[in-house]
Amino acid sequence: MRDTFFLSLLLAALWLAISGVYKPVILMLGGASLLLVVWLSLRMKIVGEEHNPTVFSWRLPLFWLWALVQIIQSNLHVARLVFSPQKISPRIVTVPVPMKSSLGKVVFGNTCTLTPGTVTIGLNREKLVAHALDRQSARALVSGQLAAKIVWLEGSTEKTQ
Amino acid sequence: MPDWLLDVFSGALLLIGGGFGVIGGLGLFRFPDFYTRLHGAGITDTLCAICIVFGLALQSGLSLLTIKLLLILLFLLFPAPTATHALSRAAMFDGVEPELAEDSESLVEHRRESSSNT
Repeated sequence: MRDTFFLSLLLAALWLAISGVYKPVILMLGGASLLLVVWLSLRMKIVGEEHNPTVFSWRLPLFWLWALVQIIQSNLHVARLVFSPQKISPRIVTVPVPMKSSLGKVVFGNTCTLTPGTVTIGLNREKLVAHALDRQSARALVSGQLAAKIVWLEGSTEKTQ
Repeated sequence: MPDWLLDVFSGALLLIGGGFGVIGGLGLFRFPDFYTRLHGAGITDTLCAICIVFGLALQSGLSLLTIKLLLILLFLLFPAPTATHALSRAAMFDGVEPELAEDSESLVEHRRESSSNT
């Protein structure tokens, strides 16, 4: 019930943000499409804890900010390598996956790919296999800094449950 | 903030974003094999897109357009790694061998680890 409510709220906000036309007829159409989407989601059984974005607390924007800094840093690093491609030393690393929820694991894999220099090529319950462009990128992943940040992000979701 | 300063900022962001787009494309050509090329494409997916969207957002000011631009960025940044992962995983299981540095382990042992219980 709570998840259905938050899904409707989120969809309503999204619709209002994208539409920009607030005449009664249009609003009614928006409401109708919202109901349709919520009904379809319920039918598909995809309304639940795992799909509820509001399970993330104030930690999410902080995590995004931190990830943005990481993305900029690793972009500059890879851009430098583009200009001297002889310096790359591609390697494959396997790191443990300490997150508890599957959502946390997916965030881990996604963020790893999102920072240039490392690409997730395999992910299961315990291990993440990544291709790294050079030693420095590999070290950044092996150091476990990213994993620790996501565990911290995940910690906030458990309290609210 | 005066208008001209906003224009300077957004222009700079757009130029930087465009520049990184070109660098990403260049990386796609310069890197030696499939896996390393994914990293080059990663630049275009991330910093290039971020800079261009923020540059455009500065142009549009605080309006619905800004929200739409940020939504575009969100929908770019969430599925792009998923697509990259699908590509690299498909390549790995199809037997595309990465060119690795001499001092690193081979793909075989890693593949064994990742194929169990997935």
